[in-house]
Amino acid sequence: MTMQTLPRRLGAAAVTAVIVWFLSVRLDTFRDYQIAEIAVYVPAVAGLTVLTGLSGQISVGNGAFMAIGAYATALLLLHLNWPFIAALVASAAATAVAGGIVGVAAARLRGPYLAGATLMLGVALPALAFAYRGIFGADQGLSITFTAPAFLGASFPLTRWQAWVSAVVALVTLVLLANLCSSRIGRNWRAVRDDEVAAALDGVNVAVTRILAFVVSAVCAGLAGSLLAIVTSLVAPGAFTITLSIALLTAAAIGGLGSLPGALWGSVLIVLVPTYVTDVATSHGLSSSVGSNIPIAAYGAVLILVMLVFPQGIQGGLVGLLRLFTGPDQETRTAHDAPAPHATPPADEAPASHHEKEGTT
Amino acid sequence: MSSEPAALAVEELVAGYGGVVALDGVSISAGTADITAVLGANGAGKTTLLRAVSGMIRPRRGRILLDGTDLTGRKPEQTVRAGIAHVPEGQGVIPELTVEENLRIGMMSRPLGRPRAERAAALDEAFERFPPLAARRRKLAAALSGGERQMLVIARALLARPRVLLLDEPSLGLAPRVMAQVMDLVVGLSREHGITIILVEQNARGALAIADHGVVLNLGRVVAAADAATLAADVALRHHYLGF
Amino acid sequence: MVEFLQFTLSGISFGMIYAAIALSLVLIWRGTRLVNFAQGGMAMFTTYVAIEVIYRTGSYWTGFVSALAAGIVLGVVCQLTVIRPTMNKPPINAVIVTIGLLILLEGLAGIFFGGQFRSFPTAFSQTGLKINGTPLGVSRYDVFVAAAVLVTTLALAAAFRYTSAGLRMRAAAFNATIARLSGIRVARVLTVGWALAGLLGALAGVLVSPSTFLYPNSMDTIFVFGFTAAVIGGLDSPLGAVVGGLLLGLALSYAGGYLHNGSNLVPVVALVILVVVLMVRPDGLFSATQVRRV
Repeated sequence: MTMQTLPRRLGAAAVTAVIVWFLSVRLDTFRDYQIAEIAVYVPAVAGLTVLTGLSGQISVGNGAFMAIGAYATALLLLHLNWPFIAALVASAAATAVAGGIVGVAAARLRGPYLAGATLMLGVALPALAFAYRGIFGADQGLSITFTAPAFLGASFPLTRWQAWVSAVVALVTLVLLANLCSSRIGRNWRAVRDDEVAAALDGVNVAVTRILAFVVSAVCAGLAGSLLAIVTSLVAPGAFTITLSIALLTAAAIGGLGSLPGALWGSVLIVLVPTYVTDVATSHGLSSSVGSNIPIAAYGAVLILVMLVFPQGIQGGLVGLLRLFTGPDQETRTAHDAPAPHATPPADEAPASHHEKEGTT
Repeated sequence: MSSEPAALAVEELVAGYGGVVALDGVSISAGTADITAVLGANGAGKTTLLRAVSGMIRPRRGRILLDGTDLTGRKPEQTVRAGIAHVPEGQGVIPELTVEENLRIGMMSRPLGRPRAERAAALDEAFERFPPLAARRRKLAAALSGGERQMLVIARALLARPRVLLLDEPSLGLAPRVMAQVMDLVVGLSREHGITIILVEQNARGALAIADHGVVLNLGRVVAAADAATLAADVALRHHYLGF
Repeated sequence: MVEFLQFTLSGISFGMIYAAIALSLVLIWRGTRLVNFAQGGMAMFTTYVAIEVIYRTGSYWTGFVSALAAGIVLGVVCQLTVIRPTMNKPPINAVIVTIGLLILLEGLAGIFFGGQFRSFPTAFSQTGLKINGTPLGVSRYDVFVAAAVLVTTLALAAAFRYTSAGLRMRAAAFNATIARLSGIRVARVLTVGWALAGLLGALAGVLVSPSTFLYPNSMDTIFVFGFTAAVIGGLDSPLGAVVGGLLLGLALSYAGGYLHNGSNLVPVVALVILVVVLMVRPDGLFSATQVRRV
């Protein structure tokens, strides 16, 4: 990481923070809540996009790590009365451990087998919350009281505080992730993703690299879970179904796998599209069963279209559009590391696979 | 030279992958039942040439003519039905299928299936001609030795009765004695069945020994094209491009 | 003892459902090298078609057949419109597209058919069978479920093995390059694969819905367990899919029955089984070592 990039990143984060502050003050409570929602997703999606896009390990179960973070935070806040920051850090530590365990178990798994294992994880972990009702509060879950600090005044809207806290955590996470991605660790991730054997021959410890990616993505999801706890003030199993894990993956993909700005787009889309479509539906007076399902169908359609039209996700699409206007740079690789197909000269012996190349068909 | 069109004519073919141009204006002409050896170092464009002819990749410029018919840009399914068979390097048989099944696949390129009786007869004929295959008829192709696999490749090519057969490195990985046997089989295809053969080979000496004509490629261009004997006799050429 | 029999037979019944889903996933994986996350959603959708037909015609079997037909059609349509464009892109894109398809289908089902739970009829009685007064723990319907999946699986296996079309599909799955160069229309073969997968999914859907009720998300869990079964067996192996399905069905039935707090721990048990199997065989139980090619 060069000396120039850190200030640039901090600058970008600061600018975003100012924008968020501005919006949170000018917009109403509901919009503040949406900002908070988006900010809750951002760390989780960012961690997942790094895991799947940069280190090449698909996970359809990161919602489980969010659950761990959320429940840990809730328990610490409720039973031990810890301040939020302390609970946040402790939950992150807990999720790190969980991420390490999962990473170790998954170290030898690839592709669909990894997807299957993480999918099952995403289903099984929330089931534990149902199984051990005493601790985890069963269906109703654990409710938390989270209030804005006294110095802001009694009339300070809680949603705005929630938006601020979440946004700060989200931005800090993004900056840290960005630093990580451009460090040696990030390079190792990409190397292992692209060619494990070559990376190993280069002296990279493949297993440790992969496990580390899991730990990092788990911690990010854990942070998101802690934020979810204080934003929704409730931690219940219903919030952590497999739908959540799938939503995280789709957000990462739609934004652009491996891209941190993409994580931002994905989180925005995943919160705003359903709400927007619901608004449109209800304003047309559609019945509730139709109205509540249109956003679902719409999100699915958007997902399909974006993936077909912008195979590199929104960030890739934006970069492509930008290049259209500014002209192609010499030797620029695609800005993001989402694995791209490339026709290879016949020297390699790729068995006929999903992306049969050579420009035919 | 007769006035009828060459069995296979490639005219100024340009093809490549992404930013790489692998073939830069290659022309070849092969008559009926000719064996043409395509030689050169790795990366010279030999495999790309075969892929372009069979339609696995789309040429950027130039033409491919089979008996005068323009097949440029057609997809493999179409070129196969027109009569061009291509055996890519290292992908001659499907190991997970039995010997018989591999042969049956060979017959699938014939337009609009022959009647079942005819197909069965053709299979029997193939087994008669290649007894080692008959002995392993129901075994998986994975169980065959290298030489037997190439025999299976040739047998399958026969069943397909192509006009032109593109062979990419058929002797790869084979012991010298087995290599010679495979070359004999290849000769048989052309002499007895009139199949035009384009033979890409690293083993230039062995290829020139059975070929009628030779074409030497380097960096996507033809650097020499003559009858095989002339090329084999050109010591400087051999040393420079062919490694012997 | 009776309990054990009950759990075993129920495990087999559900196991066959998981096997059907697993088989459809294996079919698509072998042909196109992608995991069809929408498989459960497609099955749910075709089951809705069945139930609408049953309501309108009053005939279970007409509905049953309609579901299977709808499954074939849906499989073909999905492959042609949405999956084929992803063929030259990174595999993860196709996975995301299937997830999008899943979400779209669930939304559409809610819109067209309503989101409330609906009960799905059966053609055979679901009361337990008895021999000499001793309950067997299984009903005629359970037998029908197992038999239907078994017959379909065997029919497909025979078709693959002994027909020319089956040979084409296997060739295309094992080596698409050689297949294309042999004149096999690989694109068409892939579409047929999706059609068959749609058929199998539709079968699983109508067979399991009497037990689970029908609602837009009703096939989600079945899909997860079906996928797990396929992974356990090895995604390249149809036999593995069936074995994996049965194994999982039995294990989960025993776990749910015998463990304290069993019914909630079922997913956890499934996870443990999956992890144990993958630790030992990262590519599934029946994964073949990569065959050396010529």
